[in-house]
Amino acid sequence: MKRLGKIYMALIIFFLYVPIFVLIVFSFNESKSRSVFSGFTLEWYERLFNNSIIMSSLVNTLIIAVIASIISTILGTLAAIGINSMRKVPKSIVMNITNIPVINPEIVTGVSLMLLFVFFAARMNMEFGFVTLVIAHITFDVPYVILNIMPKFKQMDPHLFEAAQDLGCSPFTAFRKVILPEIMPGIISGFLMAFTYSLDDFVISYFTCGATSQTLPITIYSMTRRKISPEINALSTLIFVVVVVILIAKNIIENRQAKKNTVYKGGRA
Amino acid sequence: MKQLRVLSLPYLVWMVIFIVVPIIMVAFFAFTTSDGNFTIDNISNVGQYANIFVHSIWLALIATAICLVLSYPVAFYLSRMEKHKQGTMLMIVMLPMWMNFLLRTYAWMTLLGNNGIINYLLGLIGLGPFKLINTSGAVVLGMVYNYLPFMILPLYSVMQKIDKSVIEAARDLGCNPVKVMFRVIVPLSLPGIVSGITMVFVPAISTFIISRMLGGGSNLLIGDLIEMQFLGNAYDPHLGAAIALVLMVIILAIMTVMNQFSPDDQVLI
Repeated sequence: MKRLGKIYMALIIFFLYVPIFVLIVFSFNESKSRSVFSGFTLEWYERLFNNSIIMSSLVNTLIIAVIASIISTILGTLAAIGINSMRKVPKSIVMNITNIPVINPEIVTGVSLMLLFVFFAARMNMEFGFVTLVIAHITFDVPYVILNIMPKFKQMDPHLFEAAQDLGCSPFTAFRKVILPEIMPGIISGFLMAFTYSLDDFVISYFTCGATSQTLPITIYSMTRRKISPEINALSTLIFVVVVVILIAKNIIENRQAKKNTVYKGGRA
Repeated sequence: MKQLRVLSLPYLVWMVIFIVVPIIMVAFFAFTTSDGNFTIDNISNVGQYANIFVHSIWLALIATAICLVLSYPVAFYLSRMEKHKQGTMLMIVMLPMWMNFLLRTYAWMTLLGNNGIINYLLGLIGLGPFKLINTSGAVVLGMVYNYLPFMILPLYSVMQKIDKSVIEAARDLGCNPVKVMFRVIVPLSLPGIVSGITMVFVPAISTFIISRMLGGGSNLLIGDLIEMQFLGNAYDPHLGAAIALVLMVIILAIMTVMNQFSPDDQVLI
């Protein structure tokens, strides 16, 4: 039984990784063939770095992800604190609306924002591009920030904030010293989630980017529509390496923290 | 805590402008002509595409079913591993999801292509070439590959909470392994099954990338249809909005039905 489980897991992992490894192998292939490996080359990597469209859309993606995730973290953190102190009915209404971009298919969110921006563009002097992209990204990012922070309030004593004020803290100091530390883990995970979603988003960006501003996923899409270009394989390889490095680092950090925590708790007991 | 409510104000404004208004605009466009007059023609015209709706729902259902069947043993195996190994194994399973899904789909494009590596390898043993790409099967494969982790994660997080002693108790009381599975583990993991199904079904039914990259011209899905009305040759945002609205209603109906299977009190153990 145990062995069967192991074989099964191996098969699933094989299924998940084989396509990626084939991409990686063929990123070093001399010819454009997708099936025969004819010789080793780094040409595709060189072309990738000299491809100004890819490089500028990469920079664009990073800028948009940074701006959108920072703004949505601030907006979402304030929102979560406010929503938490609302009465039951308004709270559930706001949370239900906040859930809409999470539940709705991305394409529906994309076209709904596109309709809004078309409306704005026709009446005000606004063009599709960087601004609409940032707005769209913030819109789908904020719900994730809020949803990451809200559970943290459940673990917090609601009277602590009042107690701090009774003991002489100004509301702002009470917020900074009492609430903020409690919800910090939620804020950080919300920020990271928003950032990765922004980096990765294709569908919503596709409908809100216009012709001038491109993000990396949109460039990748237009590359896959054209003829075979092994530069995509090279790009995939680099992204894969970055992802692996980040995840391994994250795993190591978490394991260390877990160890520290057990030692700490053990010492106390 | 009352004075904290005001903090949510910026988000509430944002939410109304960029979540509520766009959804209302989709509904408004769906029920108006380009002159702004009320009409139900758009909605009734959606009926012409009934075959595309049926095809999309069918492919999404097959992909969801395959994901469920493939993921269940994976999640179970993961949840029964030693605690300190679970994190690493989960990371290995989830890692491919961190690659942009366009690249993951592109990987299958190169694998399944007529000159792709699968046909090449089959050719070496005298088989084929088979028409693998531009088929419904390729679309389903793309969906399964892309969304498998969305099924594994919720299943794993529910199963991980199932108390080992419950399983042991069932065994002590005379259940054979099959009975343990279907009378203890499956009922307890129902909330995970429900959220896994929605997390796979919703993106699968609304995708337009997977069908476009792997399905060729003969596998038009709802997502393609919507995209064509907004950014394609068939430009007609009113019809596009109507299709998007119908899609939202279908998904809402399915999710309401799904939620019937997952009463909150079942999450307890």
